[in-house]
Amino acid sequence: MEDILRILEQDGRTPPERIAEMTGRSVEDVRAAIAEAEKSGVIVSYKSQVNWDALGRGDVQALIEVRVAPQRDVGFDAVAARIARFPEVRSMHLVSGDFDLSVQVTGESIYAISNFVTSKLAVLDAVQGTATRFILKRYKEDGTLFETPNDAPQRLPLSL
Amino acid sequence: MNRQHTAQRADPPQDAGAARPRIARRVQDIPPSGIRKFFDLIASQEGIISLGVGEPDFVTPWHIREAAIDSLERGHTHYTSNYGTPELRGELAAYLERLYGARYDPQSELLITVGVSEALDLTLRATLDLDDEVITGDPCYVAYFPVVHMAGGKLITAPTAMEDEFRLRASEIERRVTPRTRAVLINNPANPTGAVLDRAAAAEIAELAETRDLLLIADEIYDRLVYSTDEPFTSFASLNGARDRTIVLGGFSKSFAMTGWRVGYAAGPADIIAAMMKVHQYTMMSAPTTAQAAALEALRTGERDVAEMREAYDHRRRLLVRGLRRIGLHCVEPRGAFYAFPSILSTGMSSEDFAERLLMEEGVAVVPGSAFGPSGEGFVRCCYAASVEQIEEALTRMERFVKRHARGR
Ligand SMILES: Cc1ncc(COP(=O)(O)O)c(C=O)c1O
Repeated sequence: MEDILRILEQDGRTPPERIAEMTGRSVEDVRAAIAEAEKSGVIVSYKSQVNWDALGRGDVQALIEVRVAPQRDVGFDAVAARIARFPEVRSMHLVSGDFDLSVQVTGESIYAISNFVTSKLAVLDAVQGTATRFILKRYKEDGTLFETPNDAPQRLPLSL
Repeated sequence: MNRQHTAQRADPPQDAGAARPRIARRVQDIPPSGIRKFFDLIASQEGIISLGVGEPDFVTPWHIREAAIDSLERGHTHYTSNYGTPELRGELAAYLERLYGARYDPQSELLITVGVSEALDLTLRATLDLDDEVITGDPCYVAYFPVVHMAGGKLITAPTAMEDEFRLRASEIERRVTPRTRAVLINNPANPTGAVLDRAAAAEIAELAETRDLLLIADEIYDRLVYSTDEPFTSFASLNGARDRTIVLGGFSKSFAMTGWRVGYAAGPADIIAAMMKVHQYTMMSAPTTAQAAALEALRTGERDVAEMREAYDHRRRLLVRGLRRIGLHCVEPRGAFYAFPSILSTGMSSEDFAERLLMEEGVAVVPGSAFGPSGEGFVRCCYAASVEQIEEALTRMERFVKRHARGR
């Protein structure tokens, strides 16, 4: 099962037939395992990792450190769920250290992001403070290096 | 046909006045590599997919490279002990005990070398007298004939067969033992066939070595790349009775994707390791210092990488083997290393013809089995240390090729 997940994590488009060959299982077994993983939420979604920068699109990203006051019974979860729902939020984590939520947001411009922070985020009752750090360059995301050196490693075409 | 195994003596100079050849007889004796011409063919074509390589497609894991960089930053740029750094030997002893329950004294029974290549050369030079014989399986790794020859010995080959999954059998070795036999050289898992000896088969060979008083040289460079076997890999290091006559050669090249670093090791009885060290200290001094730092990191924290790479190879292995069978090339299941060794008998071509025409017509490079010895004729070696896409594309092209050349049935 985990081997199937590792294959899909590398390439979500790998067809079940190929996975079956690679793992020595039947196609039906592979389909069933994937369906089960989708149903139980182990596989969350399939999508393409797009490097918009390569298109020259000027979207801006920022990491926002948010300090929030935990609430009775629900801790950070209630306010976290509210923040996470905004489409501007790409990813978000509760973290240890001197702030609580690490929120990655994306916007068309610096203004769009500062607007989001001041009019959507900072105004929430539980939010005690924010610090916004604009992302200047992306080197790696979700395990994928964004810039690979153009002198790719070479192997001899034949060796014994 | 098989260049590797039928070296011809160059004619001796005719008369005393004739100029003596500048190249030593022993080197002249070594025939040119059977795949030289494939290099030129590959260079002349574009879009080649090569299943002809003998090394991982992975780059060395970053933490290992990083350890090497750190070692350089600290200025560790000097020779090390001839035996290799004490840290690496200590870690290696722990590693061999962890994997195989084999105990080696890091002070006297381990030697860090410039790859298994050097370790093999040292073993042979330390143990062979002129014209001593070494028995190995056929087909075998291409370096075996030349290194035995250069050490003054003779390589005697014992055939293995597809029907027996190319396993080297004690009975075939025994038939070739003479008073001149000094050692049995076993490549397990094997290049080019992917054959792996189970514990019983290995024990039989060890027993034979005991009764006929032979050394066992175990080239276990592919020991970490073993798949779908019912039992864990049996290192000759773990066969207790054989320990005092066994030299295990192992390395980092294949397990940790470190071919270019040039580091490996030999583990064996102290007297033989000391003799090997004698040769090593005057010819090599020590293995590369930076590579030893990298190897240390590999042994300390590289298990996860080994597991990840092995799983990736295993996936590609199944893909390739099934694909080859689907297109009509009979292929026994290779249980180790990263090679499949399908039969091309159904095409009616010789292995060399097959490899050459496949390359010219479809741009897929494989290695003719005959390059590895007479028993390799009728087979080609396909390496699956290639991406899934490359393997799929190679199979598509090979299918076209095989269909086109199918003998009228
Ligand atoms: C059977 C065998 N032994 C030894 C070697 C050489 O290994 P190293 O890189 O450690 O010198 C190879 C490399 O292809 C091999 O296939």
